Amino acid sequence: MSEHIVPVSLYIGIFVALLCLTALTTGVAYIDLGAFNTVAALAIAVVKMLLVVLFFMHVKYSGRLIQVFILAGALFLAILITLTLADELTRHWSPTPTGWGMFVPFLSRLF
Amino acid sequence: MSTATIDVPEVPTGSRVNYLNAQYGVKSWLFTTDHKRIALLYLVSITLMFFIGGFFAVLMRLHLIEPQGALVQPETYNKLFTMHGVIMVFFFLVPSIPATLGNFLVPLMIGARDLAFPRLNLISWYIYVVGACFTLYAVISGGVDTGWTFYTPYSSSFSHTSVIPTAVGVFITGFSSILTGLNFVVTIHKMRAPGMTWFRLPLFIWAIYATSIIFILGTPVIAITLFLLALERLLHIGIFDPAIGGDPILFQHLFWFYSHPAVYIMILPGMGVMSELVTCFSRKRIFGYSFVAFSSLSIAIISFLVWGHHMFVTGQSIYAGLIFSVLSFLVAIPSAVKVFNWTATLYKGSISYDAPMLYALGFIGLFTMGGLTGLFLASLATDVHLNGTYFIVAHFHYIMVGGAVMAYLGGIHFWWPKITGRLYPDGWARFAALVIFVGFNLTFFPQFMLGYLGMPRRYAVYPAEFQVFNVMSSAGASILGIGYLIPLIYLTWSMRYGPAAGPNPWGAKGLEWTTPSPPPTENFEEIPVVTEDAYDYAESTVNRG
Repeated sequence: MSEHIVPVSLYIGIFVALLCLTALTTGVAYIDLGAFNTVAALAIAVVKMLLVVLFFMHVKYSGRLIQVFILAGALFLAILITLTLADELTRHWSPTPTGWGMFVPFLSRLF
Repeated sequence: MSTATIDVPEVPTGSRVNYLNAQYGVKSWLFTTDHKRIALLYLVSITLMFFIGGFFAVLMRLHLIEPQGALVQPETYNKLFTMHGVIMVFFFLVPSIPATLGNFLVPLMIGARDLAFPRLNLISWYIYVVGACFTLYAVISGGVDTGWTFYTPYSSSFSHTSVIPTAVGVFITGFSSILTGLNFVVTIHKMRAPGMTWFRLPLFIWAIYATSIIFILGTPVIAITLFLLALERLLHIGIFDPAIGGDPILFQHLFWFYSHPAVYIMILPGMGVMSELVTCFSRKRIFGYSFVAFSSLSIAIISFLVWGHHMFVTGQSIYAGLIFSVLSFLVAIPSAVKVFNWTATLYKGSISYDAPMLYALGFIGLFTMGGLTGLFLASLATDVHLNGTYFIVAHFHYIMVGGAVMAYLGGIHFWWPKITGRLYPDGWARFAALVIFVGFNLTFFPQFMLGYLGMPRRYAVYPAEFQVFNVMSSAGASILGIGYLIPLIYLTWSMRYGPAAGPNPWGAKGLEWTTPSPPPTENFEEIPVVTEDAYDYAESTVNRG
């Protein structure tokens, strides 16, 4: 539980980095990357989140137990997203039933 | 209740000053940081909410005596079941055992003087009260009619009732849960007495620890979900409404990601209470300590993987449904481990039928029924028939009322002498336990049959052929209501007039029974050193007194 002393210069450095990444997000928004628009925005957001968690929230200097709890939070967020996508991405796999009409071509061949 | 003083020979003279009489006055309660006093603040608040929520249930059951409805307009009926659900789930069941018994017992059981963050503990109660006030305001300002699940797009686009105040109330109260969970996790990790290793902890602590993990990991998601709901309702941002680019099933995913684990928030602490009751009143060690301990943790983890079983028929992909069905069956394993281990603990035990034990035995039977009917609902095909019927209503009331509330009452009766230093009339307590058991089954067993026969839930009217079962259910509800009032009366009576309890009236094991009743403010004269395993009933005979 010992307090880790972090130099102020590091905090300022992280703050500047966060500002730069915010500017980058804004800049990227003006470039059309197609399917990668969201990917790019999320990737920058994750980097910013890591900087805040590791340095501002002192997780980099904390004990193992705290790091395990932080990772558990990330793991459960991953579960939320994965299982929700398991629904979202497979919803259109099954053909939509169109009533008895779907049997008409099949039946008309028989008779 | 602060005026209950203990001045009887059973209490050692040195410990007459206890947490109840150390200070007097309203301020000494409202600004206390003593975990025991905060537990009592919670106890009073959730009891009030329980009876408000119960009042709505009584009105509902009275209404359903006649097929065309006997009491209220259909719109009012919709509000009754919504407010019953919201109040009972978020303001009674979720905080019930953790915030009262958990707050009182966690430091006492692990041999600590208080929780790790006493002021955080107090603020969590204030947050709870503020949240409850918002929700009660919603009740007074016309009520809300979305059902406790707030399903979109009805809640976001169509309902003209007080959705936002209710959601704000639930949102705020969530922070109270998070702070309570955080406090417990840190306390259990950092403040155990010397010799109190993880595998010497009472199983109640393991259960509270598992519950705290769900509090911390799950509650933020419901807060975000309700926030998004409010955003869409107020600013028409397309999140859940398909007309503006949203996805209504996304709401259900986010909602149930918290609200299914929330079911385990309700039942896991009850399971912890059960392990204490079954061992004490059968005078035996728990059968398979580590299995029971780890089953709590595995229930907490698996509970986050099963939420889609609420959505089999609401438009979720069938493939996701398959996965969720299989995962849901997995929860049955640790739950069954617990039930079998309690039963094995009873085997060849020296069983006594005191009031807390009656609740515990009731729990085993009712929880088993509630759990097994859950398997019907986890199966994709039977769920198509049973979903949205009274079968569901009966199933989750067997878990939440037959399980969680029975365990809560069992726990309150077990630790009441420790909390107040007074004994309650045992005959009345046993009688009330029986009344509750009978009333509960008469209320909810007919609902299984109603649901199987196809009566949908949440309807203000029903076909005449269902009337017999509905009248049985309403009759049971009135018995159940009286069953809940009896303990309210004799427990309140006992605070002033009950005979004084010794430090250990049940002859139970555990650190909380080694300190006087009621405990002194600092819990222990000296921090105890633990040298034996939990539930060490076999080696020594503990005298009651």
